[in-house]
Amino acid sequence: MASTIRVRATQSGDTTEVQALIQHPMDSGFVKDAKGETIPPHFIQELTFEYDGKSVFVADWGAAVSKDPYVKFSFKGGKKGDDLKISWIDNKGATDTTTAKIQ
Amino acid sequence: MTISDNGFSAKRRLILKGAVTVALIGPGNIPFSLAPAFAAANDKYPEDAFKAKSDADAIKSLYGKTAEPSEKVKLDAPEIAENGTVVPISVSTTLADVTSISFLVSENPNALAASYKIPAGTLPSVANRLKMAKTSNVIAIVEAGGKLYSATKEVKVTVGGCGG
Repeated sequence: MASTIRVRATQSGDTTEVQALIQHPMDSGFVKDAKGETIPPHFIQELTFEYDGKSVFVADWGAAVSKDPYVKFSFKGGKKGDDLKISWIDNKGATDTTTAKIQ
Repeated sequence: MTISDNGFSAKRRLILKGAVTVALIGPGNIPFSLAPAFAAANDKYPEDAFKAKSDADAIKSLYGKTAEPSEKVKLDAPEIAENGTVVPISVSTTLADVTSISFLVSENPNALAASYKIPAGTLPSVANRLKMAKTSNVIAIVEAGGKLYSATKEVKVTVGGCGG
């Protein structure tokens, strides 16, 4: 299965800008479906970005983060060609991990 | 009968043990309660903070202190969001020693939307997209040097994103 995580990490000067887009329903538990039944909550709780064995960014998310979440941040010290490891875990225990090369 | 009794008392003992641990850790924590204790607490997913209904309760649960408004926290959010399911919101700050940035939507069923840890070397600037149930204040909290700073902006929502 293709990864749910799409990442672009671009290095310029001494900072690396990271943009990530993840495919996930991010159901809040407040929305009803067409039959009027509540869709149970299903959302990513933790998203971690690791570079060189250290986390450079950790997101704790609630159900109020939009469907197919997007996040952008920057960190200092990334090198072109190095790996950035991204992983998430949701409230049902599902996870996904991918690595992206810094460009 | 005996078996179920045992099960019950074992469970009870666990709960009591938990209570004792909390009681022991509780007061001991106070002298260190500034940076290190909260940094350690922040390593886990803050379940309770995300379940809190109001913004004040969520901030208290997450950080254990209150925030003061600061002009150095720049919150970028639209004046009007036509679609409450996707509202682009970003925060940046000129404050030094930032350790975390959090986003809250006051009128959502659970106010806390997202909380980001900013390790040393990561820039204090985050962009994301949030759901908003209705017109509400959006609050950005920046934790810098062990203190909390905030910025607030009202976003008008024409179509809500948190319910039917």
